[in-house]
Amino acid sequence: MQTPLLEKLSILADSAKYDVSCSSSGGKRKNEGKGLGNAEGMGICHSYTEDGRCVSLLKILLTNFCIFDCAYCVSRKSNDVKRAAFTVQEVVDLTINFYRRNYIEGLFLSSGIFKNADYTMERLVRVAKKLRLEHKFNGYIHLKTIPGASEELVKEAGLYADRLSVNIELPTEESLQSLAPEKNFKEVLTPMGHIKDQLVLVKEEKKLFKSTPSFAPAGQSTQLIVGATAETDRQIMTLADGLYQNFNLKRVYYSGYVPVVTDSRLPIISTPPIIRENRLYQADWLVRLYGFGVNELLDEQNPQLDLQIDPKLAWALRNRHVFPLEINTADYEMILRVPGIGIKSAKKIVAARRFSHLTWEHLRQIGVVLKRAKYFITCGGRSLETREWDEEAIRRRIIFGEKGSRASLWGSQMDLFQQAG
Amino acid sequence: MHFYTYDGSFEGLLTVVFEAYERKEWPTQIGREGEAPPGIFAEHHFVPTQEDKAKRVWEGLGKKLSKAAWENVYKAYLWEQSGFEMLIFQFVRMVFSSTQEGVEENFSEPCVQKMAAVGKQMFREKHRMEAFIRFQRTQDGLFIAPISPDFNVLPLVVSHFEKRYADQHWLIYDVRRQYGAYYDLQSVQIVYLEDAPLGLRKGQLSPEILTSVEPLYQQLWQVYFDHVNIPERKNQKLHLRHMPKRYWKYLTEKKPRMQAHQPIQNKQVPTAMPRLKA
Repeated sequence: MQTPLLEKLSILADSAKYDVSCSSSGGKRKNEGKGLGNAEGMGICHSYTEDGRCVSLLKILLTNFCIFDCAYCVSRKSNDVKRAAFTVQEVVDLTINFYRRNYIEGLFLSSGIFKNADYTMERLVRVAKKLRLEHKFNGYIHLKTIPGASEELVKEAGLYADRLSVNIELPTEESLQSLAPEKNFKEVLTPMGHIKDQLVLVKEEKKLFKSTPSFAPAGQSTQLIVGATAETDRQIMTLADGLYQNFNLKRVYYSGYVPVVTDSRLPIISTPPIIRENRLYQADWLVRLYGFGVNELLDEQNPQLDLQIDPKLAWALRNRHVFPLEINTADYEMILRVPGIGIKSAKKIVAARRFSHLTWEHLRQIGVVLKRAKYFITCGGRSLETREWDEEAIRRRIIFGEKGSRASLWGSQMDLFQQAG
Repeated sequence: MHFYTYDGSFEGLLTVVFEAYERKEWPTQIGREGEAPPGIFAEHHFVPTQEDKAKRVWEGLGKKLSKAAWENVYKAYLWEQSGFEMLIFQFVRMVFSSTQEGVEENFSEPCVQKMAAVGKQMFREKHRMEAFIRFQRTQDGLFIAPISPDFNVLPLVVSHFEKRYADQHWLIYDVRRQYGAYYDLQSVQIVYLEDAPLGLRKGQLSPEILTSVEPLYQQLWQVYFDHVNIPERKNQKLHLRHMPKRYWKYLTEKKPRMQAHQPIQNKQVPTAMPRLKA
């Protein structure tokens, strides 16, 4: 049956939207010889959904027909839903026409598994190949690697795609077995290993021969679903950290579980765990960019991230012996660890103090959030606070404000509970 | 009190800087010729643009500044907000009077802070244009996009689109400032559309000039936009922070729908959801 294009797009965009990656950065495809598109460096969000997420790529499934029956997935076999499938040419035409109108940075193509893994993967690769070779397309292409696809196909995919990803979805083997019985860790990690080996190999060869064709220049990523199973934040972050180190992953994405199917194996929740998801991303950034170790943010006593305050502030409150830092002399690495100071401000502080002694006013102008930072730093040996606050008091003053009237306290607490769902 | 005026061009402004140094009379205000002087006692100097003088100032700055900080002086000119001329003058004077390397990083100096803030605003607006420009294809294969940015960023986005759409003819037209950039597969030219239909000069493209598949692709994009949304996560505040309403005018996905797009009914969640116990 021929479904009109508009309806196909509705169905196949609707089923792809729970995959949270939308990054379009890191590609290094220069437009040489008057082709279409140019993807150098920075990603661009061309639009934002009403839930505030970035729309950078045309993110669709090739088809939502699937032979698997994963409990958390909209497209699972036993779900009675409308099904549709694009042809290879339809995806190519949509991508090119959207790109030419400046709607998107490129394509993020995933798929349900029909017939078998290789059959599906081969079609995904064909879309990318057609875009690159027939249309001289230099925009961004992210292909999902189908679990169980052969090494040859994964290798070919990397020749045309900027990024490859394999979704782990569930953080432990037990959860995987209970919710996605047809999948197992090994099948997910094997292609991830192949991609990593290939990335390393091509990088080595490039040193010798500049003409070596590139392989997924924007690297590989994965996604973990949060809140569908019982894992702690500590388990999740430890896994993520291991993936960054052992598989050279560019990004791990955390997707707060949105209930899309009823299943006795799944928890019943009214709203997705958005705050928890946000805290995981903050912890992820601290580990990747701020030099924190996972064990500093989470340990046996604190297996979950604090929902009320961000992980950097939580760390600082647990480690008050490190503070206060004198902003005019402290090392860059330590300034990065002060709540309320980000990478940009830290760099500005280090640059500006070569010229003059910094004052509180300078810090304010540089963009330091003094409301948070003032408990942890001194400026010229002086603190902004005249008295010592204990950990509880600082936490309260930062969350609820410094006036602390009973009414406002009650209001924000209610709000927090509602958000934490 | 010295009130310097110039013809409004960047070279003109640099010539003013040169003149001020030569006369050793620092301006209290700089404005376009025709602007009202700051007070009746101000001494008025009109400075005609002289390219060789402008070039000397510009190259002198280049020797003392990093490339980014150097370009930022031009960006402050395109910023066009009130007082930009004096800001540039103060910054240039600070640079020329300093003997230290890397003065552009001296964030304890107010004009350095202000220049950095202006640079950031310009970067954001440029980046927004690169994101929010929407082309529509005409029957003769030209891709047209009207824009009306807060600051004059068109000169800054041209090279981005030149690289990206090297194989298509395009025209980006600044409706607020009434000029555009046209790419003809070879190079980009600045164009003025004095004789164009009024609609186009106001940023409206009539349906007759568009190619026949244009409405289909616009509708497909709207369908896509409506279906990637996850209603459970609705967050209007965040949405507006990323996409302020003043940019909606030319966004295809924010134009009225021909029909409403309901979410696909593929979810099977119980309608009466039991509350989680705390």
